[in-house]
Parts: sequence; C-alpha cells; structure tokens
Amino acid sequence: MSFAAIREAVTHFSSLTFLLFAAVVVLVCRLLPKRARWVWLLAASLAFYAAGDWWYLPFLAASVLSTWGLALLIGKQAARDEAALTAARSTLSKDERKALKASQKKKRARLLWVGLVFNFGLLCVLKYTDFVLEGVSGIASLWGAGPIRPLDLILPLGISYYTFRSTAYLIDVFRGKTEAQPNPARYALFISFFPAVVQGPICRYNETAAQLLEPRDADWTDFSAGLLRLLWGYFKKLVVADTAMTAVRAIVSDPERLNGAYAAVLIVVYSAVIYGDFTGGMDISLGLSRMMGITLTENFNRPFSSVSTEEYWNRWHITMGSYFTDYVFYPMSISKPMQRLTVWGRARLGNGIGMRLPVYLATIITWFLTGLWHGASWNFIVWGLLNGAVILISRECKPLYARFHKRFPGAKENRFYQAFCRVRTFLLMGAIRSLDCYRDVGVTFRAFGSIFTRPGTYAELFNGQALEALGLPVASWIMLLAAVVVLWLVGRAGDRKKPAGWQVAEPLSDKPLRWALVCGALLLVILLAGQYGIGFDASDFIYNRF
Amino acid sequence: MNQLIDILHSLHPDVDFVTETGLVENGILNSLDIVTIITEVSVCMDVQIPAEEILPENFDSAAALWALVERLDEA
Amino acid sequence: MKKHIILTRVLCILLSLVLVTALLWAAGRVLEPKYVTVSPEGSLTAEYYADAAEVSHDVVFIGDCEVYEAFIPAVLWTDFGISSCVRGSAQQLVWQSYAMLEDTLRYETPKVVVFNVLSLKYGTPQNEAFNRMTLDGMEWSSVKADAVRASMTEGETFLTYLLPALRFHSRLAELSDEDFRYAFAAKPTVSDGGYLMQTGVVPADPAVDNEALKPLLTDPSLPASAMEWLDRMTALCEERGITLILVKSPTNTWKYWWYDEWDAQVADYAAAHSLAYFNLIPDADKIGLDMSTDTYDGGIHLNVSGAEKLTRYFGHILTTTCDLPDRRTDDAYAPVWDRRANVYEQRKTERKSS
Repeated sequence: MSFAAIREAVTHFSSLTFLLFAAVVVLVCRLLPKRARWVWLLAASLAFYAAGDWWYLPFLAASVLSTWGLALLIGKQAARDEAALTAARSTLSKDERKALKASQKKKRARLLWVGLVFNFGLLCVLKYTDFVLEGVSGIASLWGAGPIRPLDLILPLGISYYTFRSTAYLIDVFRGKTEAQPNPARYALFISFFPAVVQGPICRYNETAAQLLEPRDADWTDFSAGLLRLLWGYFKKLVVADTAMTAVRAIVSDPERLNGAYAAVLIVVYSAVIYGDFTGGMDISLGLSRMMGITLTENFNRPFSSVSTEEYWNRWHITMGSYFTDYVFYPMSISKPMQRLTVWGRARLGNGIGMRLPVYLATIITWFLTGLWHGASWNFIVWGLLNGAVILISRECKPLYARFHKRFPGAKENRFYQAFCRVRTFLLMGAIRSLDCYRDVGVTFRAFGSIFTRPGTYAELFNGQALEALGLPVASWIMLLAAVVVLWLVGRAGDRKKPAGWQVAEPLSDKPLRWALVCGALLLVILLAGQYGIGFDASDFIYNRF
Repeated sequence: MNQLIDILHSLHPDVDFVTETGLVENGILNSLDIVTIITEVSVCMDVQIPAEEILPENFDSAAALWALVERLDEA
Repeated sequence: MKKHIILTRVLCILLSLVLVTALLWAAGRVLEPKYVTVSPEGSLTAEYYADAAEVSHDVVFIGDCEVYEAFIPAVLWTDFGISSCVRGSAQQLVWQSYAMLEDTLRYETPKVVVFNVLSLKYGTPQNEAFNRMTLDGMEWSSVKADAVRASMTEGETFLTYLLPALRFHSRLAELSDEDFRYAFAAKPTVSDGGYLMQTGVVPADPAVDNEALKPLLTDPSLPASAMEWLDRMTALCEERGITLILVKSPTNTWKYWWYDEWDAQVADYAAAHSLAYFNLIPDADKIGLDMSTDTYDGGIHLNVSGAEKLTRYFGHILTTTCDLPDRRTDDAYAPVWDRRANVYEQRKTERKSS
C-alpha cells in the first residue's frame, strides 16, 4: 500500500459520519454482554468495509474463507499426524521418525502453499496487473506495437493489509504457533476489524484475536487514554500532515522549477506529512480500539529517534517489518537452496563472502518485495532496493565504525554525536522517501541531484519567493512549526525504550481535570488549525458583479 | 555443545558464550549471525532449525540454543 | 466505584466541553468574514435588526440583488414619507426570502411586502458562499434553522452555522486587522436601510443584443419547489393582513434574462391570488433609465442614479395602489428618517468624490 494510499486510508477516519459511527460502535460494544460483543464488532466492521464499495466484500470473503478453511485443514491434519507419530514412536528408529515427520510436514505444507498462492495471487492480479501491462506495453512499443490499455481492476480497501494478516495467520497455524479458529465468523472479525482494516497495524492472530472475540470491559483508563490518543492522532493528521501536504503538492507539481532548495525542503516537509498521516492514523486506530477494551499492536516507536537505518526499521511500521522478517527474510535465508548456496560460496569464494551470500540475497529480495508491497510502481521498487542497499552498506561499514569508536570512546554517549546520527538517519530516510512524492524515478533523482547542483535556489528560501511558491502563508508555517515542536516534545516523553503512546496517555487518566483540559485543548486546536471542511476562498464570497 | 560453542566463537571471538545470556537482547547477534548459525548447525550437526524457532529466547544463550538443537534432534 | 469519582470525571468533561464551545464561539467571531471592505453584501442581513429597533417599517422589500441595488428607503422617505427597509442579499433564494419575511414578522408587521420575482428561477440550493452571506447575519430562531436546512448545499453541515469557526477556521492564517477590530465591536453600517449604494458607472454596451444572447429555455415553467415557497409567502402575508406586491426589477440582461414564459406564469399566479404584479422591464423608458449612466456593471444592476429614478417611479405606484401613511409629520418617525436621509446624501457625496 503506497503512501498516497495511506493518506487516502486515513481520510476514511476524518469525517463527521465516521466519528458518529465510531461513537455508536464504542458505546454499544460497552453496553453489550462480553460474549455478544464480537458479533457487534463484526457487523460494524463489515458495514464500515462495505461503505467503501459493496464490491470489496467478495474479495475480503475470498481471503477470509480460503485462509480459514485451509488453516482448519492444516490444524486437523497436524493433530492426526501427531497421533500417528505418537502411536508409531516405539516402533520407529530416530531417523525413521525424522523421515515420517518430514513427510507429514510436506503434506501440510501443500495446503499452506495452496493458501499462499491463492491469496497472494489475488493480491498480485488486482494490484500489479496494470503495472505489468505498462511494462509489457513499453517493451512491445520498441517493436512498434500499440499501447495496451490498463484494465483498471478493482482494488479492495486495505487488501495489502488483510492479505498479510490472513497469510500470517495461515503460516502461524502451519508452524503450530496458534490454534486454527473453527468459527469463520469469528475469524472474519480478526481480518476485518474496522480500526485496523485499511492501514494496519498488521496484528498477529495469537496477540489480538482473543481480545477481539471477548473484549474486556473498557474502564476509565481505557476510555480516557483511548480518547486522548484518538485526538492526538487527529491532531497529527489534520494539523500537521494535511497542512504540510500543501507545500509538498506545490513542489511536486513543478519539479522543473521548484528544485534545488525546494527538493531539500521536500525531504523535511514530506517527513512531517508521512509521520503525521501514518503515526496519526495508528493513534486513531489504537485509541479507538482501546476505548473498546482492545489493545492493538504498536506500529511505531519514536521512529525519528533512530541513529541508524536498521534501528529506524525496527521503529517504523513495525508490524510490516516483522512480517517481512518472520515470513519472508528468515524462511528464505535459511531455506535449503540458500544453505547449499552458502556451502558452495564458501568453497569457491571464501568464508566471508560465502557466509554473506544468502543473507545479502535474502535482504535484497525482501526489500524488493517490501517496495513492491508499498505500491505498484518503479518508484517503490527503487525505494525498497535503496533501503536494502543502505542497510547492507552500513553493515559492511561496521568495522569502520568500530575503529572510530575505539579511537573516540566517548562518542556513543556524546549527545551531539547522537544528534548527528539521528539527523543523518532522518535525512537519509527522507531522501529515499522522496521517491514516493515525484512522478517517476528519473524526476526524483534529478530533483535530488539539484539539491547540490543548484545552490542559487537557496536564496529563495529567505527572500519570500519560496513562501509564495509553496502556497502556505507565514502564519501556517508558524503553526506547523509549533505543532512539530509539540510532536517532538511528546516523542521524548516517558521510557524511551517503549512507544510513547500509552505512556503519555495513561498517566493523565488519574488527573481527570488535566486530562479533560488537554483533550479540550487538542480538540480546539484540531478544529481551528486542522485542514478539513470546505476551505475558504475569498473570491467565492465576492458577489459576481462583473 | 562444544561444537555449538565453536560455531558461535568463530562468529564473535571476543564473546564469552558460556556465560552470556543476552545474545539477542544485547544486540550481539544480528540477523546475519542467526542465519549463519542456522546454516552451520544444519551443515555440521544435521539439525534443521525452522523459521518459527527463530525467537529471542532460543538464541539468547548458548545453553538455550543447545536445548533447541537437542529438542529438534529428538523428533 | 465511588460515586464522587464518577461525578468528578463527568464534571471535568462537561467543563472542558463548555470551555471548548465558548472558545470556538469566540474564535468564530474573529474568523467570520467581516463583510465591511470586501463583499459588504454579507452585512445586509444583520443590519436589519438595529434598523428595526429604531423605527418600524410600513414597506419591506424582499429579494436578491434586484432589491438591495434598486430600492432606496431614504428616497422613499424624502419623496413620499414612506418608512421602509430592504431585506435582500446576494442571490437570496426564495426560501431564504420567505425566512426573511418570517424573521421580519418576529419584530414588526409591515403593511406592504414587495417581493422581487427573479429568484423564482432557482428551485434548489445554489452556492455555499452566498448561503453564508445571506444567513450568517440572521439572528437565531427556528426561522433561521429552517432556512439553513432548506439552503444547505452538498457537503455543508448545520453545525457550521451554529459555530461558524468550523466553517471559517481556515481563515486563521490570513486574518486581517479588520477581523480583530470588528470581532466583538460593532461594525460600521454598510447600507442605507438595506440599500447597498453603488456610485460607479460602467455603461451597458449598446452593441450587445441581450435578447439574442439569452440561453435557450429548456423548461418554460418556473421550478415547482420555488413556486411552493411563493405560495407560503402569499399565505403568510394573507394571514398577517399584509399586502404582497410582486415586482420584477427593470434590468434585463442575457445572463439573468426574465423570460416571457416566466412573466406569464407569475402574472397568472398574481391574478389567481389577487396580488399586484409589476413587471418593470417594459417601464424602463417611463422610469427614465439610461443604461449609459444608470448602471455600475454594464446593465445588470442599477447604480445609485438608476436606483433613485426607479425608487421615485415605484414610490408613485406604492402610494397610488396602497393606502400608506405619510410619516413626515409623525414625531416617532421624522427625526430618525431625516437623520438617515442625511447619512444617505452624505454617503453619496463621499462616494462620488472619492
């Protein structure tokens, strides 16, 4: 799911209708007996999902039913296999037992693969057909063939997210990490739970399902901390992201003129957009769920405090990163072919390269897939590969860093050095992320290059020209800056090893007056400084008298 | 067990694997190390460590890793 | 759970909500466009209340730009001794005009209501900005609530009329001195009893053949929904003993063409309900209008010179068709109106010299 799609997804949360809907769902959920709550939540989730388009439902149903059914089959088969193994245990030798176990696993793996191929097949067809057609058309045109028209297939809301949730569940059942859910409706709730369906977090079944199926009685802390976090999310989305987006749009729409200094500004300002949109959206999802007594998995943990790319990817979009680690990177890098590659590489290319070969290959493939998952375009593929390259390069540079730290032993604890590392990581990630903004890879690279080749443009930042070009009045920049300072301060609060979210929200529950005033202040700021509604164009208000 | 310690030692000669119990938690082992260990265990000891066993608690100490290998070998 | 803990929490939430609402209201006062130097049309609705508090009106003109740019209460006073006012706004739609009538009746009962018929061509909400300019200035009552509900275009919400800050919050970054100056203090009066003076002259181009340029009429009859509101206006006037007069202002340009079919329909309606209907378009020469000097926008609207001619002409019609008292010797009216007539003359002199 591309960042643009994330923006659109969060937009689903920014309407009065959604707020009323959410309020009713939360209230009724609390009033219902515990055992009935999941039915209500399922009904609400399907209603929310179908509100986008009725045609989304059959695709969601296909994913739900296929993974539910196959998981159940795998679970039953595993139980039978286990029984067979126990019965035969005494009669078989160790090697025979191993062989039996392997053959049993192979049978279950066949079911797993049916599920994976079907679900990823569906995702690929719906999401990537036009991208592939465009490529084919481009190649065919070299031989003079006419353009192939895109098919414009339906793309169900949140399909990238629910496909990950459902396949993770299927793999977990196969791996014996979780029991198969016998009731398809209960399982459907896990896949379609409305606060998480459009943009994650990509929750794991064994962490979340039990909470969804029998939500605890939400108490005052749940309600108050949840509401505060919900408002906080809207603040990030409507005040920070949507305001900054005006400047981003201005720069991206005219990269021929607005480059150099503007491309540098884009890196910083777009970071504010994506941070506000995505972490804000998560705050809304998590806050809303918490008000129903459900604690979803955290998806962000102070990402911009990272001192390295590797750390950044442990703090940014965590549930996606762990999906790729657990279900793509590790299985691939320790697979039989990769092990054979290691042995071969060590013999031919030496220990160092041989050892690295499978991991590096798996890293590149994983990041290629991560890019592809974000969106069907070359921009995202290049974005993913660049991330992978940065991680591998910084890993190769480790001995250099080690030497540096040996030479300057105090550096690691030095605040200025830490700040330098943070800024470096922030800018590096931001620069790569600008691929998400521009029309294509070439434009992005040219814009990035112009940061260094067009120093003349930097004067425009200070002589008022930039202000005009970026389309935001001074007062908006001041408000934006103030909001970013608030984000930064809150991001530093609490135990820095854990996400700031509940750590900041929960303690206020004990101080109802302060809590109520903070909520009120947030609400007021959102309503006054947020980007929503019709907007004001003074010329609309001038009576047309020629 | 000794074979396992040897494998670990070849990766990080400066770490005392007999006493260290926070190999993952303290960031001594990264994903590259873990993949290498799994490959080594597979090649040298003929035990396949599947992906689902890649958990911090299984890799935090040499003892835990040994217990995992034994359990998997038991079948 | 102890009761007082719950009570504390509820009180804290209520306090916070009251504070937010109060601050939003106050912010709304600052954020609302002030309609003083830009788009003064937006001030017209609100100016009625101070006017009506000073003096009652025998005649009330209701309608769109064709009333507030055409009929001058000050002239009706000096020439005929009629106490009158205009309740018109930019593109005031017929249900909004009905609301203006109802709203007026909350304060006074005029003898005559003059309704300009051009807006009968619109049967559905048209323009969000004009809705705001027409309705935001109206004092709150069920009348305003109904008018808002009838007028909202797609995407508008009622709440934004209760708390205009929710509509105008994006002006936050572009507030001017004027916004703070008039947020809580009284604004200068932009109109003369609802008449918005225009002194400029942009002559009509005689080469333009408006009749030839007028768009083809697809449906010859006026929208049924608009006519229903006219029905309600007629009924309300009858109920309150008010003489309702229908009028079509004498200007007629291709973009706002008054079709013969519509004219016939309104004439039939007037006859059926025993109302007077004056289509003043054919009377332009009798009025003495000269479109090379009497319009400020090429013939669409009259300027002050044209409006004075029209007002004098229509004043005669009013005094001959209706039994209206001459208030020039009435002490309850004369001092107020003489002062207003002075203000009007002064404004005219100032505008013309600037």
